[in-house]
Amino acid sequence: MKNKKQFLEIVIHGVFLILGLITVGCVLLITVYLIISGIPAIHKIGLFKFLFGTKWASTAAVPAFGILPFILTSIYGTAGAILLGVPIGFLTAVYLAKMAPPKMRAVVTSAVSLLAGIPSVVYGLVGMLVLVPGIRALFHIPDGASLLAAIIVLAIMILPSIINVSITALEAVPKEYEDASLALGATPVETYLKVSVPAAKSGIAAAVVLGVGRAIGEAMAVMMVSGNAPNMPSLYESVRFLTTAVASEMSYSEGLQRQALFSIALVLFLFIMLINATLNFFLKRSKEG
Amino acid sequence: MKKKILVFALAAAMTLTALTGCSGKQSGTVSTDGSTSMQEVISVLGEAFMQDNSGISFTYNPTGSGSGIKAVQEGRCDIGLSSRNLKEDEKAGGLTETVLAYDGIAIIVNPENPVSDLTLEEIASIFIGEITNWSEIGGNDAQIVLIGREAGSGTRDGFESITGTEDSCKYRQELTSTGDVITTVSSNPDAIGYASLASVKDSVKAVSVDGIIPGEGTVKDGSYVVQRPFVLVTKTDVKLSDAAQKFFDFVTSDDAVELIASAGVVAAK
Repeated sequence: MKNKKQFLEIVIHGVFLILGLITVGCVLLITVYLIISGIPAIHKIGLFKFLFGTKWASTAAVPAFGILPFILTSIYGTAGAILLGVPIGFLTAVYLAKMAPPKMRAVVTSAVSLLAGIPSVVYGLVGMLVLVPGIRALFHIPDGASLLAAIIVLAIMILPSIINVSITALEAVPKEYEDASLALGATPVETYLKVSVPAAKSGIAAAVVLGVGRAIGEAMAVMMVSGNAPNMPSLYESVRFLTTAVASEMSYSEGLQRQALFSIALVLFLFIMLINATLNFFLKRSKEG
Repeated sequence: MKKKILVFALAAAMTLTALTGCSGKQSGTVSTDGSTSMQEVISVLGEAFMQDNSGISFTYNPTGSGSGIKAVQEGRCDIGLSSRNLKEDEKAGGLTETVLAYDGIAIIVNPENPVSDLTLEEIASIFIGEITNWSEIGGNDAQIVLIGREAGSGTRDGFESITGTEDSCKYRQELTSTGDVITTVSSNPDAIGYASLASVKDSVKAVSVDGIIPGEGTVKDGSYVVQRPFVLVTKTDVKLSDAAQKFFDFVTSDDAVELIASAGVVAAK
């Protein structure tokens, strides 16, 4: 009887182990596949020429595979989205976690969840039909599809992640800290901004990094509003991101062009690994702190 | 004993009818793969074919000309669809092309744009950035916004090779589908783009080229010069399956001409 129980225990352990390994297996498979298919093009083109070349003309008679415009666009676009999205998201989180009356809080929180649930293609569609013509008229430029349009769309898309993670961090601040501050005569707003926020800063930093991760990995929505011309980034010009560079050309690509697209995906993958590592660092610190 | 024989005979008769029933009914699949520009025409043909031949299932995978050619080469589909002629090295690699139809590429502008006729040279100069303002060609004083397709697209390849602007177009936007190009041109009064004639809607205006209005007649007689072939790609030395051969014969027959025309392109036959 006891043996049977032990046996069952071992079997179930095994099942759990296998299920756990599926995830790990997928990650390993994708990583290995990306590295294997991404390296040859970099080798053929040359690492320096690939990463720092400023001209991308993948199907030209004399093809050029420089992805610096894409890298810079992804960095600028993400930075812009953070610059716009973090203040809005952060202050919303402070309001929701500390100041909002319960009813108001319920309404805003469900609106934020709804925003998180909207598919990215819908963001892109609304951006394409409303934002792009709007920017064209507002700034008197020939065409509204630009880095600016992409930044605005991305800023809205990262709001839910920033708000939700920041709220969790702010709520984890021990109530005693705030009580002490209030007892010493600080106003509620002073307490929230000078006590709660510094105490939650690791968690808030994690929210920002999560936002960066979401923004840099988004393809569909930015593809529809950014114009996709492989220019060096400029606010009112049509630009192409790392993600959209892969997505827009993949369907018809062949030969070295296709290999180079995998190399772009590899670069993007490394960027996201870096961001994940940063995120883990902040999360660990916020747990310890 | 007699009874047993009767049962046996009955069973045999039933099996026979079942067998003949089977051979009378066709079965099999025809898979096509390739050009997204050919979606409309191939869907019309596929539907008509399935109606006439119940039991044969027809599939179309819209992946793009390059992918379609590769798919037929690797034996992943019966017939590849390409909206450009095969290159010499592709033919040397054991592929055969059969022109199914000709597709006119329309040069489209916003309906508000007063310009309605351009020469082929003007179109080329516009797309390589030598003409940058509509006023230079009789339009409003506004900067021209060039809308194109992504590198590798059959329409882009067709347009650039016809106008002789390969690799030198200064696109403001590179979009990934014909529909996106039409939507973008229809929402920007200063935009110019190109799209398959079959998919041009009233929301944009197709300009005439060298005075020739794009249309079925002018594409077929060759007077409208911005046009390209729709090609069926097959393996040279591998026989098609019965079902695929039947489909191939059907689409290249006289019966298909009208169907092809209904999709807005001009049958090669």
